[in-house]
This record gives sequence, C-alpha cells and structure tokens, in this order.
Amino acid sequence: MDALVAQLQMQYRNYTVSLYQQGFLDDQFTELKKLQDDASPDFVAEVLSLFFEDCVKLIGNMARALDQTGTVDFSQVGASVHQLKGSSSSVGAKRVKGLCITFKEYCEANNYEGCVRCLQQVDIEFKALQTKLQDMFNLEKQIIQAGGKVPQVDIN
Amino acid sequence: MQQCSILSQLITDMNWALNNNPNPEEKEPKSSDLYHLGAIDLPEKPRKIEFWRSGLMGFAKMQLQQQHSVAVKMNNNGNNDRVGNNNKKGSTFIQEHRGLLPKGLILWTIFVGFISRGIYQWMDDTSKVRREEVLVSMCDQRARMLQDQFSVSVNHVHALAILVSTFHYHKNPSAIDQGTFAEYTARTAFERPLLSGVAYAEKVVNAEREMFERQHNWVIKTMDTGEPSPVRDEYAPVIFSQDSVSYLESLDMMSGEEDRENILRARETGKAVLTSPFRLLASHHLGVVLTFPVYKASLPKDPTVQERIAATAGYLGGAFDVESLVENLLGQLAGNQAIVVHVYDITNASDPLVMYGNQDEEGDTSLYHESKLDFGDPFRKHKMICRYLQKAPIPLNVLTTVPLFFAIGFLVGYILYSAGVHIVKVEDDFHEMQELKVRAEAADVAKSQFLATVSHEIRTPMNGILGMLAMLLDTELSSTQRDYAQTAQICGKALIALINEVLDCAKIEAGKLELESVPFDIRSILDDVLSLFSEESRNKGIELAVFVSDKVPEIVKGDSGRFRQIIINLVGNSVKFTEKGHIFVKVHLAEQSKDGAESKPALNGGVSEDMIVASKPSSYNTLSGYEAADGRNSWDSFKHLVSEEDLLSSSEFDASSSNVRLMVSIEDTGIGIPLAAQGRVFMPFMQADSSTSRTYGGTGIGLSISKCLVELMRGQISFVSRPRIGSTFWFTAVFERCDRCSLKKPTVENLPSAFRGMRAIVVDAKPVRAAVTRYHMKRLGISVDVMTSLRTAVSTVTASSGRNGSPLPSSGTTKLDMILVEKDSWISTEDIDSEIRQMNSRTNGNVHHKSPKLALFATNITNSEFDRAKSAGFADTVIMKPLRASMIGACLQQVLELRKTRQQHPEGSSPATLKSLLTGKKILVVDDNMVNRRVAAGALKKFGAEVVCAESGQVALGLLQIPHSFDACFMDIQMPQMDGFEATRQIRMMEKEAKEKTKLEWHLPILAMTADVIHATYEECLKSGMDGYVSKPFEEENLYKSVAKSFKANPISDSSCSQS
Repeated sequence: MDALVAQLQMQYRNYTVSLYQQGFLDDQFTELKKLQDDASPDFVAEVLSLFFEDCVKLIGNMARALDQTGTVDFSQVGASVHQLKGSSSSVGAKRVKGLCITFKEYCEANNYEGCVRCLQQVDIEFKALQTKLQDMFNLEKQIIQAGGKVPQVDIN
Repeated sequence: MQQCSILSQLITDMNWALNNNPNPEEKEPKSSDLYHLGAIDLPEKPRKIEFWRSGLMGFAKMQLQQQHSVAVKMNNNGNNDRVGNNNKKGSTFIQEHRGLLPKGLILWTIFVGFISRGIYQWMDDTSKVRREEVLVSMCDQRARMLQDQFSVSVNHVHALAILVSTFHYHKNPSAIDQGTFAEYTARTAFERPLLSGVAYAEKVVNAEREMFERQHNWVIKTMDTGEPSPVRDEYAPVIFSQDSVSYLESLDMMSGEEDRENILRARETGKAVLTSPFRLLASHHLGVVLTFPVYKASLPKDPTVQERIAATAGYLGGAFDVESLVENLLGQLAGNQAIVVHVYDITNASDPLVMYGNQDEEGDTSLYHESKLDFGDPFRKHKMICRYLQKAPIPLNVLTTVPLFFAIGFLVGYILYSAGVHIVKVEDDFHEMQELKVRAEAADVAKSQFLATVSHEIRTPMNGILGMLAMLLDTELSSTQRDYAQTAQICGKALIALINEVLDCAKIEAGKLELESVPFDIRSILDDVLSLFSEESRNKGIELAVFVSDKVPEIVKGDSGRFRQIIINLVGNSVKFTEKGHIFVKVHLAEQSKDGAESKPALNGGVSEDMIVASKPSSYNTLSGYEAADGRNSWDSFKHLVSEEDLLSSSEFDASSSNVRLMVSIEDTGIGIPLAAQGRVFMPFMQADSSTSRTYGGTGIGLSISKCLVELMRGQISFVSRPRIGSTFWFTAVFERCDRCSLKKPTVENLPSAFRGMRAIVVDAKPVRAAVTRYHMKRLGISVDVMTSLRTAVSTVTASSGRNGSPLPSSGTTKLDMILVEKDSWISTEDIDSEIRQMNSRTNGNVHHKSPKLALFATNITNSEFDRAKSAGFADTVIMKPLRASMIGACLQQVLELRKTRQQHPEGSSPATLKSLLTGKKILVVDDNMVNRRVAAGALKKFGAEVVCAESGQVALGLLQIPHSFDACFMDIQMPQMDGFEATRQIRMMEKEAKEKTKLEWHLPILAMTADVIHATYEECLKSGMDGYVSKPFEEENLYKSVAKSFKANPISDSSCSQS
C-alpha cells in the first residue's frame, strides 16, 4: 500500500512540476494551494471549477461576439478578455493569461484575424489545462483513496 | 535580456519620435510591430508589454495632438496649407488682398503718369498763354510805334505840302523855285528820315501844257520811258524835287498807273495816300510812295470831291522806305531778336503784299499775332504779323517739375507697395510665429508629458532588469561575469536615479509636485543618508560626519522623502567632488546661527581652555583639518553652537511658533566651484563646466531640483565655494513642529537604550570632530568627556583607577565605561601603545571594576594599523566612520557584550501577525470577476477575516450604506459600469454626508486591488480616496503591509486620515 502511495505521490509530484515547467501554471497556483487548508479543503477545486465555468462562459461570449457578421464589437470582446485575464491570473493559469494579454492587444487593435486566432488558442489552452488539472485532481484523489497525503510540491 | 531589448527598442523609438516623424500614422504600425515582436518573443512578460504598448500608444496620440517641436520644424512644408488657413482666419485686409498689391502699384504708376501728363499740359498751356500775351503786347507795341512814326513822317510831308501851297501859289510871284525847294527839303530832310526824297508835281491840264512847257523850258515826260508825254487830259509833271530824287523832274507822275491812281485818290480825299509797296530804285528796299494833294485856294468846309479836284494845285510825293522804317523801329525795341515781324499790305485781301519781312524767315508758325496798321490812308489796309523766332522751348520748370512729380508719385506708390508687402510679410511672420509659439508651448507640455511618460515606462522594465540582475548576482557566477552583472546593476541603478530626477524635474516644471506632511525624525534620516555614502567616503578616505543641534526638535512634520532627497543630492555632490578632507553635514535652527554669531564675544570665555589649546595653527579648525570654504563650520563658530547648547539645552527655546526653520549646511573640502560657474549651478542641466560631466558624470539636474524642493519647503538654498578649497552648501527649510506627535512607524533604527547613563571619554584633538562624536554618543544616552590627547586620557584613567578604582576623573560616583579614541590621535601619539596595554591589563585585572572598554574610531584603517591596534589593546573594536548613532550603538553593544534587549519587531510578516490583524474583521471584497473574488475571499478568510463579496460597485455601495459593519473593503479597480475609483469616491461621499448628518466620523479603509503596480495607478487610488492598494494576485507579505498600514493607523473609529 505504501509503495503505491509513494508511487502515486511521486507521479503527482512529477506531474505537478511538469505543469509548472510547461508553463501551464505559475506561482499564483501555489499561492492558491496555500490557501487551502482544513477549513476549506476543496478551496482549490472550487476556485478552479469557478474558473472553468467562467472560462466556458467567457469563451462563449467572445465566440458569439466574434461571430457577428458585419461589425464586431471589439470592446465587448475586450471586456471578456479582461475578465478572463483577471480570472486566469488569479488562479495562476499562466498560458491562458499570456494568451489573454495577446488577445487583448488584438482587441485593442481591432484585429479580427488575431482575435479569432487567439480565441481558438485560448479555447485549446483552457481545455488542455482543464484536462491536466483534472488529471492532477484524479491523482490527488487516488492518493487520498490510497490513504496517503497529497504532498506539497515545491516548485523551486 | 528581453527587457533590455525592449528598452533599447523604446529608446530607439524615442529617438525616432524626437527626430521627428511627420506622419503620426506611421507610428501605429511601428508600435504594433513592437508589440507583435514582444508578444511573440515574450509570452511570459505580457503584462509589461501591454503596459508598454499603451504607453507608446499614449505617446503616439500625444504626437498626434501636439506635434513635437522637432517634428514641427520638419513638418513645415506639410503644414503649409494649415498655416494658410489659419492666416485667412486671423488675417487683415491687406493680407487677404496681397495679390492686388503689384497690380495696385502698376495702376498707381499709371495714374501718377496721367497726372504728370496733366500737369505738363497745364504748365505748357500756361506758358503758351503767357507767350502769346507777350507776343500780342510786343506786336501791338510795334504796330503802334510804326504807325506813330509813319504818321509823323506823313505830317512832315503834309507840312511840306502846306509850305508849297503857301509859298508857291499864294505868293505871286512864287516864292519857291526848284533851288529853294531843293535846299529847303535837303535841310529839313532830318525831319523825314524815312522819306528818301520828296517831290512836287503840279497839276497841269492838257490845255495848259504848252504854256507850262514853255514856262519851264522842258517837255513833260512819261515815267517809264522818259519820252515826252503823249497827250492826256491832265499831267502831273514834277516841278520841284529834292536833290536825292532830282531825276524825277519833268516826269509826269500821272503816267504811272499806280501813281495816277494815287494822285487821283489823294486829291479826292485830301489826305495822304499810299501806293502798294514796291522796290525803291535807290535802296532796293521795299517802300511806298506817299502822295499828298496841294490845293490852290482854301477849301470850303466839307468840300465835295468836285470841289477838291477843282481846287487841286499839285501833288507832293515822297518815297517811303518802309523797310528801313520798321528796321529802325525794331532796332529801338527790346526783344527784337525774339520775334519775327512781317508787315503786309492787305488792300487786296486775297493777295497780301509784303511790305516788310523776310518771307523765308518763318519762325514759329504755330503762334502769331496780327496787329492792324493804319497809315492814315483809308483805302489801303496794312497789318503787322509777329511770330516768335524760335519754337517755344519746353520750360525748365516743366522739365523739372513733371519728372519730379512723377518720381515722387512713383516713390510714394512704391513706398506704399513695399509697406503693404512688408505688412503682409510681418503679419505672415507674426502668424507663423504665433503658430510656432503655440506649437512650442504644446511641444513643451508634450516634452514634459513625454518625459514623464517615458520615464515611467522605462522604470518598469528597469525594475525588471535590476531585479533580474540581483537574482543573477545571487547565482554562481565567475568573477568576470559577476563584475559584468554588477556593473550592469550599478548602471541600471544610476539610470533609475536619473529617470527619477527627470521625473521630478518634469513634475516640478508642471507644478505638480506637492509636499506631504508627515512626522519624521531628522536625525535618523541624516544617519540614513550618511550610511548611503559611508562606503564611498570610506573608500576615498574622506571624513563624513553629521551633527544635529540639540535644539532641533526630534520629530518634525514635513516631507521626509524630499528632505532626504535634497540632502542626498548635496552630500552626493560633495562626495563626488571631494577627494580628501571631509564632508560635514550640520543641522541647526536657522535662528540659532544668528544667535551664535551675535553672542560670539560673550561666550568666548565659556569655552574650556584645552579646546582652544588644541587648535593647531598649521591646520584649520575644521572637521578634518582641511580648509573649508565657509568659516561657519570651523570650530570658531561651531563651538558657540555646541557650548550654547550645553548652556541652554535645558532652557526652552522659542516654542511659541508652530514652525521650525532648520538650516542645513553641507561642507566639503572638494574641488569647489569655479567662480565663473557659480552663477549657474542651480540652473538645470548645467554643470560647472563640460569637463565636469566627463570627469564626474551626472546630469547637473540635481541642484536645480534641490533648489525647487527647498523653495517648496519655504526655504532658500545657497552656497559658498572657493575653488580647490571646497564648497559649503546650505539651505533652510521650514517644518512643522510636532512635539506631541509620535511616528506612526517606529524608526527602523531604534536606538538601543542600554547605554543610558554610561560615561565615556572621547579622545580627539579636533574639537569639531569630537563634538560630532559627542553628538552621536549623546543620542545613545552616553555622556562624554572630550580629551584632546590620548596621553592625558591614559594618564587620567590610570591615575584615577590607581587612586580609588574609579576611573572617572572628576566624579567618583559614576564609573567610566569606555574610552573612544580617534585614530589620528592614537597614531600621532608615539609610544602610547604600551601604556594603553598597561592600562588595559591593569584595569582588566581589577575584578571588581569593569574596565573601561577601548574603541577606536577610524575613517579607514590599513591592515598593519589594525594589527597594531589589536596589539595595543584596541582589541575590542574599531568603529568605522562615518559615525552613526545606531552603528556606534551596535559596535558598543558588541564591545560591552550587552544583550540587546530584544526589540519587539512590530512588523514581523508572519501569517500569524496577519491573522491577528484580520481575525474577526469584516471585509468586503468587490470584484466583478468571480474567480478573483473567490480567491481574494479565500485568502482573506484564511487569515480569519469574515468576507462578504460584491460583484460590482453598485452592490458594494448598497452594502456600504451607513451604518454598516465592515472593517475594510478590497476594491477591484477595473470593473464594468462603475470602476473602483468611482465606487470609492461615492463611498467617501456617503461618509462625508453621514458625517454632516450624524457628526459621526466614518472612514472605511478601502484598498485597491490591481494588477498594475505602477505609480500612476497608486496615485490615482489615493486621489480617489483609497487608503492603499494590494497587488493582484495576493501575496501574503504585500497584503500584510497594506492591511497593517491602514488597520493600525485606523483602529476603526479613529480616523486620523485626513484624505477624503
């Protein structure tokens, strides 16, 4: 049993580190994890689910806004991007955040092509992140089920 | 590295902007190029790029609105049409019709030409009229005279006729014969100068011919042939003749057709009758023959023609030389040459006969005058025609006047024209100048804004660069790499400092710099500044010291940052320009310096003797012994300050005024300022000379900023400088007295209180330096005795300890805790080491008394000196200058092995503290972003706070209706509809209203949550009434700092914060 736990823990550690290294996550995620304690054991999951819901909603908004034939309301897109940027930086979704910044530039420049491209990328990134994090949570769950403790991952 | 590239890109961009690009449109692609580049290359620094870009865009807009001055110049061509429009807007009549100016000139010239011509005409006419008048008068005169002369001659002939009638017919026998007649006429010829000769012909009818011929012995001959006359009814043979015409005798005058007519006419009319002109035989002059009838008997009154004929006895005739007559006459008159005179016989009007005048001599045909001549013969008509000999010359006055008039007229026209052209040009220039002025002003504003913006923009990446460099320096580097990195860091710091200065400058220029007013501790600020420069001064071997008069209140209210900035600037300059000697910062009350100077003689006696003795004549009584530019800081005046303090320190100083005016002087012994440059040191970007900046670097902006700051502090700045001797800068500044207020934040360098009541001996030959040392010791609570030589000190200590174990010379009650020796005093005292050792060992041996600890002050110390010091017994410590109370304290603690009473550090940034701050507090989190809201709430909850969330400014306002139970509010700035600033403003407004209504003061600490940590945002936060800001995403330390600041200052009900 312990071997399994150790293995899972190792896997979890490696996986988390790889997420950081691949730039999916940044320090803010660490901060977020720090906020999770016994008083709020599902804090991270809660925030992330909020984030993903937010993402889906915002991406939908943006897609709709960009789908408009004729005039595209870039300010509306921009507002959504800004929201997304704020959310992603809050949870430490580094890649999404980075994309949002680029996205915002395109919005301000009223660059339709760029916006569409960014929107697609954001969608891809966000889904990738969702998958990765889902994997991570699954790992966590497995560890807990195996009776182990989710290890603190020191990124540095 | 990437940031470096951005920076260089920006600088290129700036250059490009400054070097003008007339097309602002080109700006767009360029900045977005930059952005693309940044976005692709730097996905991990996106926020900065965004920020960056917005800055650039801002600048681009600025460029659009207000053309940069350089751009303006290059832009002139492109803007010409605009300039033209502007001109039309504010132009005058002349300007609008500039095209008409040349036409006007031409028209005017033509007009003047016409006028000139008119004048010419007029003058010409006038002169012609005058000429004609002259001609008329001359002609008439001549005619009259001619007539007169003629009639005189006729009268003479008439007289002769009467003579003949009287003496030939009335006398019987006749009294006249040919001889008598000839003689008489010859003798009276003078009376008839114009008659070539006179002759008398008798009327002889045919019947009497024979008798007559017999009587006279000749036959009557005809005039033409001289033959005896054929038979006629009547004859008129000449019987008497003047000698000159004697050839006429016996000629029948009636044989000539004309003569006959004449004769007939004469006897019919009884008057003198003239022939038509003919050439006289003798002179070939033109002449006429004058015939006069002689009657036999006296005629009845009004005789008829028949009676006349019947009474006719004969005829008297004479040839009239008209030509001579006229010639003669003309010769007598002036102006003879000017006119041509012709006399005509116009009896036959169609064929005038010339009586006088050369027909060829035409003269001026354009003008002539006719005068009637009456020669007394009613049958014959004569006239005189006068002409000018020459054509009328154009008069001189016309010749001069008209061209002159034309010239003047033309000149006037030209003057007006050029005046018009000049006016147009001047007004054009004026408009252009105005335009340029507006643009220059705009450019000036743009420059300041540009500087401010760009400086801001540069600061952000520079912070990144510096941070990265700091991190780089923490990694393992080879010495070369380290050197490079350090150099880069130093340069970066210098750049940041420069940018800050430029920002300050721009702010001051824009008048936006405002001083804050917070309580601060002058002494600790000065210590801070000193510590900044301690390294450099130590390396250079310069003494750096600070002295604050005791009268200066411990805590004053003012802008500590700016005060610090001024001092750093001045001290920095001093350090930069000083290679040897000292830099001495002295602070005292401005009133004090006056008092000191005035009371100088009175206080002289109060100074202890050995201090005066100590002053060596060879060196100056300054801090280091080098001469200083301003004598004020030398011991002579300084001692008054010190001694005065000793005397009066307890007496209260003028506490009535709420302000305190401080005078700070910074004295150095550096290179000084060249006299020529002294006038412009406070001008921005001016250094003493250009070589200065090469040698020492710097922009020369610092002093001008300092000056502005000092003036903002209601003070003055000035300096005394002597080249190669040094400079003393001093400034005054007014601060608020703040006797009761305590510092919000306890000074970081809280001075240890463990030394209170201790005694020390300071050995220093230089009184100023000793005073400085004493000042610092005093702050630590250590009372100090100054000894001028180490030997005295040693002997005193040894003696006293030998005597009664009490090391203090004067009072036996307190013990001597330490002896502090200035390195110079120690080095200069030979062979003292052993004594020190001895003293040390002796006192050390005494178990009951703690021996006084020995410490050495040194600006710099060599290894050998250090070894010697150790061996001499200064094992305890060497305190490196510059002296600071806290440092002395630390060193002495070490020496005295005092256990530092552990200061409760209030700012331990442990979560526990944060927890203690936040536990139980009700906090409102306002953020439109659900995720952010949740994270913030989570973070705050973790520290024990009770969190309420609001997703918009409006909701927050609803929740914050007074009264409410919130202790704090975290506010997102960027929110749709109502942003954080606006929400805060409304909250503050509500609080204000509540205060007015309920007299209860409400002040909810509002902290902004923002991702931008730039200064501008922060300023905006404060402006809209926020208390602080936390950067998103939350970091514990950051959060703590902000929260602690506003929570501690505001124990909820207490609102000392003045902003709202």
